[in-house]
Order: sequence, then C-alpha cells, then structure tokens
Amino acid sequence: MKQGLWILAVLLSHWRRHPTQLATLLVGLISATALWSGVQALNQQARTSYDRAAAVFGGTRVAMLVGRDSTFSQKLFVDLRRAGWPVSPVLEGRVRVGGRSLRLLGIEPVTFPAETGTIPSIRTSDLQTFIVPPGEALVAPETLSQVGAAEGATLRTDEGAMLPPLKVQAQLAPGVMVVDVGVAQRILHLPGQLSRLLIGQTRGTRAPLEAIAGDKLRYVAPDAETDLERLTDSFHLNLSAFGLLSFLVGLFIVNSAIGLAFEQRMPMLRTLRACGVSSRMLNGTLLAELMMVALVAGLIGLVCGYLIAAALLPDVASSLQGLYGARIPGELTLTPQWWAAGLAMSAVGTLAAAATSLLKAIRAPVLAMAQPYARQQTQQRWLGWQGLAALAMLVAAIAVLIVGNSLISGFAILAALLLGAALALPVLLGFVLRIGERSARGPLAMWFWADSREQLPGLSLALMALLLALAVNVGVGTMVESFSRTFATWLDGRLAADVYVNARDDAQARDIQTSLRARPEVTAILPSGRAEIEIGGWPVEVLGLADHATYRDRWPLLESAPHAWDDVRSGRAALVSEQLARRLNLRLGGRLDVSTPDGAWSLNIAAIYADYGNPKGQIVVNIDAFTSRFPNLPRTRFGLRVTPDKIAPLIDDMRKTFHLDESRLSDQSTLKAESTQIFNRTFTVTAALNTFTLGVAGVALLTSLLTLSNSRLPYLAPLWAIGLTRRQLAGIELLKTLSIAFFTALLALPLGLLVAWCLIAVVNVRAFGWRLPLHVFPLHLAELLGVAMLASLLAMLVPVARLIRMPPAALIKVFADER
Amino acid sequence: MSVRARLSRRGFAAGLAALGFGGKALAQGFAELGADASGFAAVTPGRRFAFPADHGPHPDHRIEWWYLTANLSDTNGNAYGAQWTLFRQAMQPGPQRDGWANQQIWMGHAAVTRADTHRYSETFARGGVGQAGVDAEPFRAWIDSWQMRGLDPMSAATIAPLQINASGTDFGYALRLDATRPLVLEGDAGYSVKSERGQASYYYSQPFFTANGTLTIDGKSANVSGRAWMDREWSSQPLASDQTGWDWFALHFESGEKLMLYRLRQSRSQPYLTGNWIGANGQSIVLSANSIAMTPTATTEVAGRKLPTHWHIAVRDRNFTIETVPLNPASWMGTSFSYWEGPISFTGTHRGVGYLEMTGY
Repeated sequence: MKQGLWILAVLLSHWRRHPTQLATLLVGLISATALWSGVQALNQQARTSYDRAAAVFGGTRVAMLVGRDSTFSQKLFVDLRRAGWPVSPVLEGRVRVGGRSLRLLGIEPVTFPAETGTIPSIRTSDLQTFIVPPGEALVAPETLSQVGAAEGATLRTDEGAMLPPLKVQAQLAPGVMVVDVGVAQRILHLPGQLSRLLIGQTRGTRAPLEAIAGDKLRYVAPDAETDLERLTDSFHLNLSAFGLLSFLVGLFIVNSAIGLAFEQRMPMLRTLRACGVSSRMLNGTLLAELMMVALVAGLIGLVCGYLIAAALLPDVASSLQGLYGARIPGELTLTPQWWAAGLAMSAVGTLAAAATSLLKAIRAPVLAMAQPYARQQTQQRWLGWQGLAALAMLVAAIAVLIVGNSLISGFAILAALLLGAALALPVLLGFVLRIGERSARGPLAMWFWADSREQLPGLSLALMALLLALAVNVGVGTMVESFSRTFATWLDGRLAADVYVNARDDAQARDIQTSLRARPEVTAILPSGRAEIEIGGWPVEVLGLADHATYRDRWPLLESAPHAWDDVRSGRAALVSEQLARRLNLRLGGRLDVSTPDGAWSLNIAAIYADYGNPKGQIVVNIDAFTSRFPNLPRTRFGLRVTPDKIAPLIDDMRKTFHLDESRLSDQSTLKAESTQIFNRTFTVTAALNTFTLGVAGVALLTSLLTLSNSRLPYLAPLWAIGLTRRQLAGIELLKTLSIAFFTALLALPLGLLVAWCLIAVVNVRAFGWRLPLHVFPLHLAELLGVAMLASLLAMLVPVARLIRMPPAALIKVFADER
Repeated sequence: MSVRARLSRRGFAAGLAALGFGGKALAQGFAELGADASGFAAVTPGRRFAFPADHGPHPDHRIEWWYLTANLSDTNGNAYGAQWTLFRQAMQPGPQRDGWANQQIWMGHAAVTRADTHRYSETFARGGVGQAGVDAEPFRAWIDSWQMRGLDPMSAATIAPLQINASGTDFGYALRLDATRPLVLEGDAGYSVKSERGQASYYYSQPFFTANGTLTIDGKSANVSGRAWMDREWSSQPLASDQTGWDWFALHFESGEKLMLYRLRQSRSQPYLTGNWIGANGQSIVLSANSIAMTPTATTEVAGRKLPTHWHIAVRDRNFTIETVPLNPASWMGTSFSYWEGPISFTGTHRGVGYLEMTGY
C-alpha cells in the first residue's frame, strides 16, 4: 500500500513538471463531462415535469373516462361511483389572471386516486381548508411570481370571477392552478359539469361501463408513456446527440493529453520497473491515477454542467412550451443518479481515451529503450490505416442513409459522416502539405512545409476537434437560417385570416356572426372546424376550412394536383400535411381513409402542404363536408377578414360585447408574433451548445499548441543558430499553424454543408416530419471561417509570445542537451 | 403512544385527520371527537327521539354514524363476522350548502372476518352530490356501491327489514336483516354520557337483528345466518380531551339477552366504565360503573402493536362473569385510521357471541 502511494507520488510528479499538460487533460475532461451532464440535466428536468404535468392534467398515466363532448354531467360520476367504479372527477378549463392564461384544474381530493401519486401534498395539506369555502387555489411558485401575487392573496380572473386564496404547492407544474372541483365549476360557469374521470384502484365488483354511462363516456387506458414524452422525444434526442458530440470533442483533447503524458513518462515507467516495481503494481497505480483525475475533473465538470443547464433552461423551457405546450419549471432539480451518471461518464470517457496509451504502457518491455518520438512515428504508420477507416466510415454513412429509416439512423449517418471526415483530415492535410512541399522554392520555404508536416501528428487531434466543431456549426447555422427564412413566408400563408374567433358555444357563435354581418369592415366570415382523430395510431387534426380566396391564394402548398381546391370543395379530396404524408407514405393522387362519426370517409389527396412544428398530423377538408361528417362537434370557430385599420377596434368591441378572452379571440399579428418567438427559440439551445463545442475545440487547439511548443525547441534552435531572429521564427510558426488551421476550416465548410443537408433532409424529417428547403448563406460561412482563424490566432498567442521572449540561453541549451 | 394510535372508537374523525383534516386535533385526545364543538348543536339530556326521522342524518351535529356488526355462521358451522359502517362528519357548522360546497364528508368501512382471515376496505365521499348519504324515509344509507336500505314493509320502530351489502377487492357480502323487537335507547333514554365532565352523545341501538345472506371471500360464497347489532350515534363533542381510546363490547347471549359495555381509557384518571343490560324483551338497564370489571387476560401483537384480545368481564349486580376469545386475533382494520374490530365468543356464567372494538392502541 505504502509502495503504491510512493509510486503514485512519482507518477504525479510528472504533472507538477508539466502543468499545461495537466491543465489540458483537466480542461478536456471537464468540458466533456460538463456539456454531456448539462444536456442530461436539461432532459431530466423536462421529463420530471412531464410526469408532474401528466399526473396533474390527468394525463395518460392513470386510466380515465372521457366524454364524447368536452364536458359531461356530474351525475355520471355519481352513477359510476354507485356502481362500484372508483372514479374521481376532474374539471379543466382556462382562466386569465392578470393577463396571463392559466390552466384551471378542478379536482376532488377525497376521491382522488392515491396511485396518481404526484400531488401527495394536496392529500396531506389541510384538506379541510382546500374544500371548505373559500377553499384554496394551489399554484407552483413560478406561477405565483408570474401573476405577481403573494401567497394568501385573493385574486379575480380577468372576467371578474373570484378565485380562492392562493397557496404555493411546489410539486405543481407551472401555469396550472388547482382548485376544488366545485370551485372550478363556479369559475368556469359550468355547474354540474366535468371534463373527465380518473379511475383509481378497483374496489370490489363494478358494473359494465355501458350499463351506466351508455356511450357518453369512453375508456382511455393508461399509457406507460405520456403524450408529452412521445411528442418531445425527438427534441430530447436532438439535445442528447449534440451533448454526445460535445463529449466526444472533449475526449479528443483528453486522448491527446494522456497520450503525450504517457509517452513522456515512458522512461520514468521503465526506471520504476527497473527499481523493482511489479508490472501489476505499476499498472494498478496508473489506473488509480487516471481514475483520480477522472473523478476530480468529473466533479468540476458536473458543477459546470449544472451551470450550463441552468443557463440554457429558460430557452429549453420556452422551446418545449412553444412546440409542445410542455411546461418546464425554471428551477433545476438534480437527482443523485445524475451525479453518479456524470462521474461514471467521466471515468468511462477517461478510460476510453487512455485505452491505447495504457495498453502500450502495460505491454512495454522493461529494458526497451524509451523512444521520445515513437508516438509521431507510429502516428505516421497509422495514417494509412486512418485513411482506410475514414473511407469505411463514409461508406457506412452512405449505407445507413440508403437502408436506415429511423431518427437514430439519421444521427448515425451524421456521426459516421463527422467521424469519417475527422479521421480523413490528417490524411488530407498531409496530402496538401506534400503538394506545398513539392512546389516550394528555397530552403526556408521547403523547411516550412516539411516542418508543418512533421508537426501535423501532434496537432491532428486538436485539428479534428476544430473540424468537427466548425462543421457542426456550419450545419446547424445553415439549418437555423434556412428555417427562419422559410418560416416567415410559411406563417404568412398559414395565418391567412385577420382575426380568429372560438366562441364559447354554438349559440354564442351564431350571435357573434349575426352581429358581425352588420359591420361593413368585416369582408368575410370564414367558419372552420377542428376534430381530433387517429390515423394509424397517430393523432391527426382534421381542419375544416371555407372555400375562399384567403386560403386558395396563400395556403403553403408544397405540391398540388391541378384544381386541388376545387376537389377539396367537392368534399371528396383533402390537403394533407407534410408530416402525415411522410408518416403514412401518402402521395399526391393517393387515398386516405378517415374514420368519422358518420362512418369511414375516403378522401383523395389533392395537395401536400407545409405544417412546420406541429407534432401531430393534419388534414384540411372543406368546412361543409366537415360539418356533415362530424355533425356533433361545436361550430364555434371562425376566421374573419377585416379591413386592416379596423382590426384593433373590432377586437376591442368583440371583447367587450361577448366577453371573449385571448384564448377565444386573437388577431393574426399577435399569433404571428407568438409563433415567430417560439420558433426563434426552438434552435437556440442547439446553437448555444454549438458555440460551447466551438469553444472546446479552440481550447483543444490552444492546449495542443502549448504542449507542442516545448517539444518544438530542438527544431527551432538550429534555425535560430543559422541566423533567423526569434521574431522571424515566431512569425513562421504563426503562419504555419494558421495555414494548417485555415485548410482545416476550409475543409469544414463543405463538410458543414453536408451536415446541414443531413440535418434538414434526414434528421429533421425523421424527428419532426417536415423538410426545409436548404439555403446556403455565403456570408455566414465567411463569418465562421473568420471565427475559426481568430480562434487559432488566439490559441497561438501564448506560444508565439513565449517564443519571442525566449532567452537565447534556452535556445543554446538545446545544443548543450543534444545527445 | 404514537399520535397515529390515538383514535376514537368509531375511527371516523381520526380517519379524516389522517386524510388531512385538522391534523392538529390529533394531539387532542380522541382526535376530532374531543375537539371544540362551538357552532354545532349541543347534546343535552331529555331529548325525545322520533322515528323514522332520527334514522336519517343530523347535520347540525358534527359527527354521526350508522354502525352494523354481525356474528354469522355458515351451514357447516364455520363462524364469520361482518362489519358495515357509514360515518358522517361536518367540516363546518351552519346551514347545509348544496353541491360540492356541502360541508359533509362521508367515510365507509366494510370488513369480513373468518378464523383464518380478516378483510377490510374503506372509501370516502363528499356530501351534496349524491355519492354518499342517508335518507330517513324510505330508509337508505349509502356510500359508493355499499348500501343499507329498508325493505318493504319497513318498520321505523324496529328499523327492519334491511338489506345491506358491501364489497372490497377480495370480499363481499349481502345480508337481509330482520327484527321484531323495538329499538333500544342506550344510556339515559338515548342520552349517553361519555365522561364525568359531561361529554355525551345521542345513542340508540337495534341489537335484535337476525341476519341471513351470502358472504364471499376470494370468490368463494357461503350462505350465512346469525345475529346482527346496529348502533346509531351522533354528537358534536362526545369525548373529553384526555380520553385516549376505548374497548367496546356488544354481546349476544344464548338466552336472548344483550349486553353493551365499554371502557373509555383516560390519561389523567381511571377509565370511564358504563354499559346497558338489555333484557330479551328489550328492557334496558344502565349498569353502574363500580359494578363493572373489565380486565385483559392475554394480548396479541397485531400490526406492530400489543392488543388485549382476550378479556375477563364481570358485572357484579348481575352475577355475570365471562371470558372472551376473539374469532381471529388479527382482526385489524388497517384503514386510514386503524383500529381492532372483530367477532368474539365468550363462556362463563353466560355463553354467546359478540363484537369487540378496541381503539387507541
């Protein structure tokens, strides 16, 4: 044991002499762990809140009964209880408080199924105060601060209904207000009405559902996965993929640092063996040393990961809310598993990065002469193999592209492409440098190229990292830019009407329409309908739209048959969203069967349109055909065309006359602004992770250069002796590194465009179901090239400054030390 | 003694406390039963009972229960016990509000006992919407699918015939109850004193039920018959704050006589003892406290507690000395608020069967 400690001390002394190497190792490990665990923390946070949300919303975690219509009589609840069904009533609606829209959830705590589990504190809090008037309105701390009220405050809804005093309940999802079911009925003006019944644990026998409720209620089986989880899977997979990429870039650094350290310690290891240290002891201690480093760096990395996650959380939260309506609380909560997994990841990463070096050290014969430059030589030998491996990777990428069909395979293509390109980089650079060498005139120029090539193996890992970071940056940047350009025009087409109305019920809809017909500024009333169905197990919205120039002229059709709108008007054809078409493999002119209350409806596919960001499928049919096929649906939705300058006063008037809140009455510009905001944030996180990755690549370059700069002295000293000044030498060094970096960056551009294509045409299609047109933005590319050169320049500053200031004695010493 | 172990005989208020109602009250002796009764109707001597109205609820009083226990046996002579209980508690005094705003909370307990098993279930409901309640006429007490209802021709004076049923995941029963003798007013003409300090309840019983029906355990049904006893009690503050639990007996003698007696354990003084001797003709006589002796003779460990499941009971005035034995010593009601309740049999100067309930252990 004591011997082990001494050996450890000897091994560690290496790091004391090479602090930059230690720094490199730590930076690599820390950044790898930080980015990976940061992304994991975000995913975990989101998943936890889906559980929270699902349970509170009566998501699909528990079995439930839902009505044919939006609400049903509470008598059904009593009848079912009396027949032995352990059901608990829920009434859900929306209220506006202080201009904010909240999800109001009326529950009945006495019968609330305990196994739902996620609102235990409602059970154990003072139940009596919750039930007995005035009751309590439970909200998450986030909601409390959003509405700007203190706990215990009694608020009114914007419609004027009195809410119970507010009480904070940390387990609740943000944006939700939980009240007693009776209170909810009063606030929502739905006396005696319920939205759904949660089914608790069975107690005794129960009568068949149909015998009690007829066909008024439908049984919804519990699902292992919530809807939100299903819908947001792609998003989280995206995040995870980028987290993993960052992790790998970090490991490149670790690998290069460990490789160098082991190389330099070969003589030390040999000496230790010669002193009588057993091979097992030495290897064990080496392993222990690595694990120590991994744990320390892992812990720091986890803390950094937490900070990254905390910084990104608001963007992730708003993306998820915008895309899927999932509410993520703003406060990060981390589980012990997260810490354990982060440390394990760091340890496993270290081992993976050190595997070759460790094996080499373990196999090293005691008496073999240590070869300081063995690494470079083997690297040269490996270069051939590396080229082959790169080729294999690229072939694999193409193969997966042809064969694979899932999102995972999309990422596999991306990974194979990136890895293949990274492996090919040294080969390509070597090729370029050899050409340069051949065309060089004069000894200095020839030395310039030859020495660059000599330096290449030491830099290649850092350059690979740079290549990957740049390529991914180009790829994601291009995708985001393409998206925002497409999105603006698309949104104009989709939000064609000027004002959107959703009346409370059919009667109100008729009243509103009657009053609007008398107003000259309303140029068209466009009734619409919306039904939720399932096609092939996938949720699909059926939109009924009026036959009007508003839609004909603007609806964002991707491809369409001639007379598409005429066919739709006839009720025999539908427009199909891109997602649905891809998912069900539908083609123009094909047929689609839709099950309606009126029986199966066979529709011709007249056109396919873009429906970006919608996690569900969608079809558009004519409104008259829609109402005859879905006769029982409320006819409360319609759009208005209004003379532009009269929109605002019209909305004000309608708000006052018909008491419509924002969820029921909205104008196009507001909707557009909201949508744009959502989409602007959709890729914020990806972009942010990219920037981190680029930063890590810069650090990798810096540390590699620092490590190299010491070993470079024997190469530079002769040139200095020949008469080149230190300043000239520094200039040459700078030029060399910058030109290598420049070549790398140049190669990264086409690779990046390939990545962008992969993201747009493969990953996005498989993750979200829609494809964007690819735009290339030369300015953006030039900008990134500049950033890459700047990063390289910054990385060079320290080694170059060191060279300029190097005392001549240090250079002379090189000759004195010469063997 | 743990806070959880403190509960009333009828467990209800305490059960609600476990659900979250006024947890503070738990520290106050018999949970809500000893809580401040201000705003609720008081219990005073000399009340005249009126039936069938008094079979229905008395919402001005804080708590109330409809409590039925049956000692049964199947055609092979195997003994069973069955329990059906409906509790009501008002969360607030004042006029009854409609719908969900109603201040009544209802709790049901059902159980069956056999020598080798004891099954129970519980359920809760809010008043005002119809999930649970009691109608005086025609008589009907229900919570969820559990029901106790009058059959034609129902007599208000005997509260018979009745049909009761209840079921849990692994048990169920349906019994018909008949009685020919009138109701028995316990204590002083239905005014039942619970402590020397005046805490009391209104209390009447029907101890003369005969029961017939089916009882199912794990899907196996048995035809059963036997005797049943119903207690009706309501109050606003029936217990003193230092009363920590009680041991309550309802005994059917082979001779046709009945005995109800209980011991209220008090933390600051000797237990409060009382009982009613009910003749076979229905005549009821209150027993004086100092003539009653109730002594545990053996304990059984159930659910991590030591419970006096075997008793020696003597009533000096009546030349009555018996030893009681439980049908199943593990008759534990592990409900939100837990207690021991199960059938017993006894031998000595008198023989018979009955029910024992022990709370606060």
